[in-house]
Amino acid sequence: MTTDEQSNNSRVEQFLTFQLADEAYGVEILKVQEIRGWEAVRVIPNTPAFVKGVLNLRGSVVPIIDLRERFSLEHCEYSAKTVVIVLCVENGPNQFVMGIVADAVSDVLDINLEDVKKAPNFGSKIDTRYMRGMYVYKKKMIMLLDVDKLLNPDEVEGIESLV
Amino acid sequence: MSIDMSQFHQVFFEECFEGLEAMESGLLTLDMGAIDSEIINTIFRGAHSIKGGSGTFGFTVVADYTHIMETLLDEMRDGRRQVTQPAVDVLLGSVDCLREMLTAIQNEQIVNDVSVATHKTALEIVLNGGSIAEEPASPVEQELANVAAVVHIAPDIIEEKSVELAGQGWKIAFCPYLDLLKTGNDPVRLFRELNELGELTTLANIQDVPDFYELDPEECNISWDLNVAGDIPEDDIREIFNWVEGDCEIEIQPFAKAVKPLLPAVKKADPEPTPVIISNNPDPKPVEVKPKGVEETKKSDAQDADNEAAKTTVKASSIRVDTDKIDTLINMVGEVVITQSMLGLVGENFTMDKVGQLKRGLAQLERHTRDLQQSVMNIRMLPISFVFSRFPRLVHDISGKLDKKIVLKLVGENTEVDKAVVELINDPLVHLIRNSLDHGIEMPADRVAAGKPETGTIELKAYHRGGHIVIEIIDDGRGLDKDKLLAKAIEKGLVEENNLLTEKQIFELIFMPGFSTAEQLTDISGRGVGMDVVRRNIQSLGGNIEIISELGKGTTIAIHLPLTLAILDGQSVAVGDETYIVPLVSIIESINITEKMLNKVAGKGETFRLRNEYLPVIRMRGIFNVHSGNLTKSKEGVLVVVEGQGELCCLLVDELLGQQQVVIKSLEANYRRVEGVSGATILGDGSVALILDVPGLVRFSIR
Repeated sequence: MTTDEQSNNSRVEQFLTFQLADEAYGVEILKVQEIRGWEAVRVIPNTPAFVKGVLNLRGSVVPIIDLRERFSLEHCEYSAKTVVIVLCVENGPNQFVMGIVADAVSDVLDINLEDVKKAPNFGSKIDTRYMRGMYVYKKKMIMLLDVDKLLNPDEVEGIESLV
Repeated sequence: MSIDMSQFHQVFFEECFEGLEAMESGLLTLDMGAIDSEIINTIFRGAHSIKGGSGTFGFTVVADYTHIMETLLDEMRDGRRQVTQPAVDVLLGSVDCLREMLTAIQNEQIVNDVSVATHKTALEIVLNGGSIAEEPASPVEQELANVAAVVHIAPDIIEEKSVELAGQGWKIAFCPYLDLLKTGNDPVRLFRELNELGELTTLANIQDVPDFYELDPEECNISWDLNVAGDIPEDDIREIFNWVEGDCEIEIQPFAKAVKPLLPAVKKADPEPTPVIISNNPDPKPVEVKPKGVEETKKSDAQDADNEAAKTTVKASSIRVDTDKIDTLINMVGEVVITQSMLGLVGENFTMDKVGQLKRGLAQLERHTRDLQQSVMNIRMLPISFVFSRFPRLVHDISGKLDKKIVLKLVGENTEVDKAVVELINDPLVHLIRNSLDHGIEMPADRVAAGKPETGTIELKAYHRGGHIVIEIIDDGRGLDKDKLLAKAIEKGLVEENNLLTEKQIFELIFMPGFSTAEQLTDISGRGVGMDVVRRNIQSLGGNIEIISELGKGTTIAIHLPLTLAILDGQSVAVGDETYIVPLVSIIESINITEKMLNKVAGKGETFRLRNEYLPVIRMRGIFNVHSGNLTKSKEGVLVVVEGQGELCCLLVDELLGQQQVVIKSLEANYRRVEGVSGATILGDGSVALILDVPGLVRFSIR
């Protein structure tokens, strides 16, 4: 019995959920480095529009990506409530720090991975590569994102060439 | 209890390479005939610690090899052996060989046995023959398969080698000193004890037993090869020989490993050296061994540069810092903490009468921060001798090969420069020095004919000037021939025939790709690639290179480099709402213009006429897609004339903001390379500004 519980426990992960145009998304909390308010960034020339620019994060230069634009959601003006979630992205042996813009941070959830459903195949219209799965919480659906794949600098490059 | 030794490997290799460098420079400074025991001691210490370290880490190949070097060096140290040029050459070759071995082990490659064996043989011949200098015609080749070859050089301390437990038995080379018997030891008793461990077979070498009439019965003139069969721990055997330690030399090896020649260790002087060779193969074959060693040295030289280059790029991970520098840093941090807490106290119950205190505190904080920055930068500073120290060897080898007499003078080796600069400047300097050696300095006969001293001088000089370090390579050779250079350039179609060039421009020609005036290609230089690479490398470091030369008198090549790559002087410019930094070194001048002053070419490209020269104009707004800011501003603006890769061009910006030193931050660390941008920095207000990559912009704009 106890071993069962333990094995169950080990499959529970914590996710930080946030709002993006009335949709809920989640990222692994272990990937989150910090959450900060939106502030003006420096535009990098000739980059895709969803790369808003770079930010000075205590001396290191961190690129900020707007997920609304990345997911082609309707654009919205940044307000005082807009947050930047700074994430630690692993790409092979390399580690990158990147920020994503979100409307608001909602909650930290303990999610049993067994309850996570695979993202359905939406056909070619929606790319599910960056999704770890879906989770239903209080009758609302939360998209769990795979940060490493989503924010991989090579991917960012690749998206640009697709657009 | 097992410790993972591999965690120490990196340190070990670093120490070894340092040791090798020390040995190399020591060997080169050795004055033939007049032996400075301190130098020999230094070399010996280098060899000894490599041996010790490699033994500990189980790199027995290295340990065995160093052991032989040590033996030779020890005799030199004690004055039992003359320090001769051939011996030094062989030792230098061994240093190379060791370096190869260590590199191979470090990269987990297979050690080149053939090369090791050649060097080993060369060393052994010097060691055994001892007479190589006096009678170079009759050196002795000792075949590696000569299992029984035991060299007896009368040492008095046993050097132990780590040998694993053997499966079948042990092979012991036992060479007692002459006075073994006088100390009350009886070899027979030892043998009896050995026989108790396992089946013992003995083979006595009696070659050096003197005539009966000269025989001193109290001296032990016999040495033995012992084979003990059986599964015996090495320690048991060592225990038996414990008592005679110091009165003999002994080599214990398991059967399987005993194929290699057994060589003894030497530690101390013996008043009567008795070199003896006992060999299965008693007729020595005369063979040219000395040239072999030398040849090896040079052969590896060409590869050396490549290897070195690869090495430096691979291991750019750690840095050795003077403890003093760290102490200063810690002090400084302490000061900052104190000031910070003081300011905190002032801020806690702030009233206007504390303004003075606050101001003082802030001023103090500012000073401490600046000091802190300085001392942190200092940590990255290394003396340029890290680079310079390799050149005596280079000059020694190449001048020998070219039959030229050249001395290298080093000036200002302690000038400090950023680690990154140290690592990247090496290859260009090697190239320039090779050039000086090959083309600059004339053959001794020509020099005498020209009324110059027979021995040429190359001076390598480093000093600080302004925020730069200047490295000069000065030779007193034949100098550059302007007419010849120009003729060659015209012949190759690099220059129009009727072009009038200034002296400086003519010298600049040698930096053109594919330009070489060497009549004869050598493996040292003359292929016409290189100088352009040298210049490109130096420019990529943010520096420049210039040539001053006088025909017949010599050439000076001066390299100016920024002290550090982490900070640069920049001009901030505004484009719309964006701020960019243009490196100050690439700015030639800035001009206020209105749009009317630009000329359109074919309706597209724009040029600006600057003193009869038409320069291409790059609109920063256009190329970087900046749409913010006051657009009427674009009607008039500032043209920043910049030089990128030898080409002039103009950047059109809205206005100039100010000059400042900026700390370079990498964009690639968290993102990727962006075209036209070399990095980012953080401005005083905490926002990020991008640093323009001028050559990149020029390339980008052409597309």
